Amino acid sequence: MRKVFAYTDGLTRLPTHYCPGCTHGVIHRVVGEVISELGLRERTVGVAPVGCSVLAYNYFNCDMFEASHGRAPAVATGAKRARPEIIVFTYQGDGDLASIGMAEIIHAANRGEKFTTIFVNNAIYGMTGGQMAPTTMPNQRATTCPAGRDVNEVGYPIRMAELIASLRTPAFVARVASHTPEATIRAKQVIKEAFEHQVAGECYGFVEVLSICPTNWGLSPRESSSWLEKEMVPYYPLGIKKRPDEIKGGAHGHN
Amino acid sequence: MSKVLMKGNEAIGEAAIRAGCVHFFGYPITPQSEVPEYLAKRLPEVGGKFIQAESEVAASNMIYGAAGVGVRVLTTSSSPGISLMAEGISYIAACELPVVIVNIMRGGPGLGGILPSQGDYLQATKGTAHGDFDLVVLAPSSVQEAVDLVILAFQLAEKYRNPVMVIGDGMIGQMMEPVEFPAQEIGPPLDPGDWALTGCKGRPTRIVNSLYLDAQKLHEHNVKLKDKSRRIAAAEQRWETYNCEGKYDLLVTAFGMMARICKTAIDELKAEGIDVGLFRPISIKPYPYEHLRGAMDKTKRVLCVEMNMGQMLEDVRMAGEGTKPIDFFGKAGGIVPAVEDVVARIRESLGKKGK
Repeated sequence: MRKVFAYTDGLTRLPTHYCPGCTHGVIHRVVGEVISELGLRERTVGVAPVGCSVLAYNYFNCDMFEASHGRAPAVATGAKRARPEIIVFTYQGDGDLASIGMAEIIHAANRGEKFTTIFVNNAIYGMTGGQMAPTTMPNQRATTCPAGRDVNEVGYPIRMAELIASLRTPAFVARVASHTPEATIRAKQVIKEAFEHQVAGECYGFVEVLSICPTNWGLSPRESSSWLEKEMVPYYPLGIKKRPDEIKGGAHGHN
Repeated sequence: MSKVLMKGNEAIGEAAIRAGCVHFFGYPITPQSEVPEYLAKRLPEVGGKFIQAESEVAASNMIYGAAGVGVRVLTTSSSPGISLMAEGISYIAACELPVVIVNIMRGGPGLGGILPSQGDYLQATKGTAHGDFDLVVLAPSSVQEAVDLVILAFQLAEKYRNPVMVIGDGMIGQMMEPVEFPAQEIGPPLDPGDWALTGCKGRPTRIVNSLYLDAQKLHEHNVKLKDKSRRIAAAEQRWETYNCEGKYDLLVTAFGMMARICKTAIDELKAEGIDVGLFRPISIKPYPYEHLRGAMDKTKRVLCVEMNMGQMLEDVRMAGEGTKPIDFFGKAGGIVPAVEDVVARIRESLGKKGK
């Protein structure tokens, strides 16, 4: 009989701690499959963040760092510069990457560090209990904006993929989603491409993955999936924002 | 090898290379900027990596990343920058990674000033960052000693898998002195042992991590780190005494450059028949308490001289355990006490009038 589905050796067999309905597990799975299918597992070093995915180092079946809040790109920079032959990725949430670690992510991308970032955007702080994130949608409720995000008070949510794509330095930048099987299959293709750019030594890779948080959104997984589609996707448009070949060779390259 | 005339900061950079460290991540700050400047030029010549980080916070996390994949790595900074590096240093200590950090101190607190100071003594030795851990801290009193201690720092960092700090005031970084380097340009690479993240080919995966959600396991980790500190304290105390052969009228304690100034003061007083000994801790962490106590036993009175408001004084008092009166003389703000200031203060302590 032909085997059509199996465990990936890119992940350990440990059950994850994520809430029911959360798509971190799906995104882990996709990253693990990509690492395994590209034959990179034995030369990969991952960097886990602070936040919901703080224990990611237990789930990825490769050498792993645990970094402090927001500094995963700096840790990855040190690791990749010291050992250029290894494949390095950071796995970060929105509080970690877009708030406390904004400087580290922007500067690592701008230096053109040759590692790959998986940025999971669920528009809220999950681990700390549902506070406002830099990515929280306008009028979306969170425990630190109980009346909903007031953009006149705290500004609009930050579009990280676009922000990073605006940098002149060559990079692969994309936004995908994880709320449906179709979106997840597409996410895998894009994440694979990001790793391939690293394997080729071409450029930094940044893949933003829109994700759901049923627990802190106060919605069922199905409602969360619809909310992501209706509320997040129009504000956070999916697609490849930037490829390294698009600006290669030209002093006037566009983004 | 013959001696070369070099600025302290540049000599520190070269010493790291001679110790086999070709990876540097750091951020410019006065009065240590010549270290990154020197290494930006020098490291590419020896196949090394120099990265100017976006901040000291990032720099400390870059050295965490580099040490975690098993290479010898250096960062340097000055007082306010070290405060920013505290985050990374705590993680590095928790993960038991070998790194060397050089702090060329300036006046503080806050933005303070850019002139020499010894105002980070307590931060370096007692409260570098959050959590229970100890650095090894070495304090040179000359450019040559800065070179020697940077090389020693790498050896100790790797022996104990612990961050080691070399701490000097701004003068050490800025002054030029003749120095001699060991011939070896680049030592053997760091042994990644059974801990470094190099990719898991042919072995089980490894994790560099400082999160212990189980209280008992974190307690055990803290006990392990404390045991290591005790082993270091037993084996790695370093100090120098000067004019301490017989009994003396007074014992001066000082560290780093301040001790050199005190030596000249001691020589001047000796010519007048006033006998003053000097005790200089070279390792200010671990602090050589018992050796200092031994030096104190041969005098009636102690004077602690520092370029701060009395930070090492706490350790001197601890060594003395109330057995001797201990005076203090210190200047902060970047003022370096002159020989005549120290001479005058020693006379005051001894109740003797000047010539």
